[in-house]
Amino acid sequence: MAHSSGRSLAASLLLIALASVLPMVLQPYGIYLLSLWAVYTIAAIGLNLTLGFAGQMSLAHAAFVGIGAYCTALLGAHGVPFPATLLAATLLAYGVGWCVGYPALRVQGHYLAFVTLAFTTLVFLVLRNEAWLTGGIAGISNIARPRLFATPTAYLRLCLAALLAVSLAVWWLLRSPWGRAFIALRENPIRAMSLGVDVRRYTLLAFAIGAALGGIAGAFYAPLVQYIEPSPFALGFSINLLMMVVIGGAGYFLGPFLGALIAVLLPEWLRFLHDVYLAFYALAVILLLLVCPTGLLGLSERLLAQRGGRPAERADA
Amino acid sequence: MTPLLQAHDLRRHFGGVQAVNGISVTVNAGEILGVIGPNGSGKSTLFNCLLGQIAPSGGQVLLDGRDVTGWRPCDLNRLGVSRTFQLLQVFPQLSVLENLILAGQEHVGSRIGRLFGPRDAGLTASAERMLARFRLQPLAHARAGGLSYGQQKLLDIAMAFMAGPRLVLLDEPAGGVNLTMLGGLRDLLRAMNEEQGATFVVIEHNMDFVMSLSHRVICIAEGRIIADGPPAEVREDARVIESYLGT
Amino acid sequence: MLWDNIDLLIAGLATGATYALVATGFTLLWQTSATVNFAQGDFVTLPAFAIIGLHAAGLPLPLALLGGLVIALIVLGAMFKLLLVDPMLSHGLLPLGIAAIALGVALQEGTKAVFGAEAFPFPSVAGGFDLGPLFVNWQDVLVLGAALIAVAALQMFLARTRTGRCMQATAQNPTVALILGIPVKRMVMLTFLLNASLVTLAAVLISPAILVKFDNGGSIGLSAFCAAIIGGFNQVRGAIAGGLLLGVLENFAATYGPDQYRAAVPMLLLIGFVLFRPQGLLGRATERAV
Repeated sequence: MAHSSGRSLAASLLLIALASVLPMVLQPYGIYLLSLWAVYTIAAIGLNLTLGFAGQMSLAHAAFVGIGAYCTALLGAHGVPFPATLLAATLLAYGVGWCVGYPALRVQGHYLAFVTLAFTTLVFLVLRNEAWLTGGIAGISNIARPRLFATPTAYLRLCLAALLAVSLAVWWLLRSPWGRAFIALRENPIRAMSLGVDVRRYTLLAFAIGAALGGIAGAFYAPLVQYIEPSPFALGFSINLLMMVVIGGAGYFLGPFLGALIAVLLPEWLRFLHDVYLAFYALAVILLLLVCPTGLLGLSERLLAQRGGRPAERADA
Repeated sequence: MTPLLQAHDLRRHFGGVQAVNGISVTVNAGEILGVIGPNGSGKSTLFNCLLGQIAPSGGQVLLDGRDVTGWRPCDLNRLGVSRTFQLLQVFPQLSVLENLILAGQEHVGSRIGRLFGPRDAGLTASAERMLARFRLQPLAHARAGGLSYGQQKLLDIAMAFMAGPRLVLLDEPAGGVNLTMLGGLRDLLRAMNEEQGATFVVIEHNMDFVMSLSHRVICIAEGRIIADGPPAEVREDARVIESYLGT
Repeated sequence: MLWDNIDLLIAGLATGATYALVATGFTLLWQTSATVNFAQGDFVTLPAFAIIGLHAAGLPLPLALLGGLVIALIVLGAMFKLLLVDPMLSHGLLPLGIAAIALGVALQEGTKAVFGAEAFPFPSVAGGFDLGPLFVNWQDVLVLGAALIAVAALQMFLARTRTGRCMQATAQNPTVALILGIPVKRMVMLTFLLNASLVTLAAVLISPAILVKFDNGGSIGLSAFCAAIIGGFNQVRGAIAGGLLLGVLENFAATYGPDQYRAAVPMLLLIGFVLFRPQGLLGRATERAV
């Protein structure tokens, strides 16, 4: 299993390379969608680490993205340069994620889903109500992009570069002994504990690192849309991220790339349905899950196995 | 010399049930101690108390004379205490080799060092030696979840030895292992004991296996030790026979 | 002051009683088929729309209510189980949970496409009576009474009838139930139908107060999950206690607390209970098995 992980990385790098040459043939809206894909993928990679690899249910990731986005927007408005706001957003989300991990030390599964859901709702309420800090429902507008990357195409390339860096870092992390410890956490925490794996520490790390990636996604999201308000960071976005991870294939390195692609493109393809497109989107998700409950990569793996292909790649980077 | 492991008046109750009711036992370095007793007599609870899996309601656990009562299993493991479980506990999605590396990796260097170090934490060679020892080499890259019961059992035990433990607590190592493999397993455990000086505490229902493996046997009934001595003696003890036959 | 509080208490109990109905259904599904129905809130919206739709189409109210129930039984009971839960159950909590979330979105957007985004009034009982200095709405009395009777009837059914006991056995241990000759499959289906009936009743009782709107499900669902968690998640009695407690607390918090943080009350309660009393109000602590 260890041998095949290089292929997932190669596939993801290919996707990123493809995305970076696409702007030549795309309209501005297409460039925006592609940038959005990069940002969503970073966030989904974070959730996939927490949920897919370490097995910790989380509906808190929209809040982490929101924290990163607001941190970037607020500091940026005070003239702090982008690299510094990015760092601040990452660290803040890491810290908050660490704290959100504590409930996971006590409860698992659907209980954890409810606690993290409640956390997301609370963060949303704070963003909406504390107008002195966050601008309330009016939000924050005129968020500046870094000067060198002000045009849509340049900013897309910046987002893709971030995605590239995140992919390489997470790939390394998942192949390291840490990745093995995360999987041990998912598969059998009690046994892992008896083998010296500090389950407590790794659980918190799984949340914190996943959250930090959410924060990075938020830090790139705010300058992309240039206007933020609380509603994109509500529970609905957490659910959307969850769908990306599960539809792509939870616990597969490549899963978030595919899941985010579907989450960005499917609504666009269904737009001709006007008012009912969301309903059809939801139905499409249900159908996808009925056909392949382990996600697209789970399905492809099953098909490969039937044709005598290579064995399972899951659990591995 | 300080004994390796000591339990003083260990107690654990669940609601009104005294699962472990004042057990004191001493295990010396290099010893193989068998633990027998009828089902529900408190053997597994004793194990879980000794290993920090559950907190005892009273009493003390000393390792090298140091009070480790209520320590977490992962901290005890780093002091050289490892265990196997009654029910199979391998990591099904990982390969056999990865299972073994996982079992050893937390003992190598610092956590940060492991993140930036080699991905096998430098353990592939010793994991392969362990595989050879347990005759699992052909399965090194197979998914652990796809192994037969007996193979998983061997892997489970091999994992307990990966970090070179001083004390290993084995919960029914012979359970579900077929007769032809039993002799090999016993010889293997004996060899581990003699070569590495590892100390064993073994819960076992298979009398022949535990009696031929152990240096000393204790029998537990209703949460208390009712017999303690050389295997032959305990086997003939009237109270032991009575506890098994029931009243 | 005292009378104001009693007024709040009655209104809170009435809301809480409907939460209890929804939470009870939620708990039943979890017990018998390990389904965490994240769409439970939107399950309440569908029969509400069905009833006002049928009523608007010219059916007299009793027939419209009956029609709403039948639609709920078919769509939210049988179809939900056969088309969604059965095929996905074997793949664990996550895919089914997400499919349920998606179903909730589909229900919301579907009703919005048909009925639009306005809020519709729902038929209710007018008037009330004086109780000392207090004016009590008949509607509140009806809600509280109907919900309590329904819950009591459900308890009686589960505890006293043969079918009810079979359902409980199924909930506690499907394998053993099967060995005992209990028709487990039929019992699970019955639970789904029971859940559909409970959400329909909840729809009838809560809709006059909150009006019928396509996105009502979100907040009802959250309150019901919260009530179920407070109650201990795995017992019907707990869900009822949780629902009533939550309804009352929400009403008091809305009156005395900052309005914009009203929605935070169930969330904080939920976090508090999961962290410090995961077994719920009435549950007993269980050891985690090794």
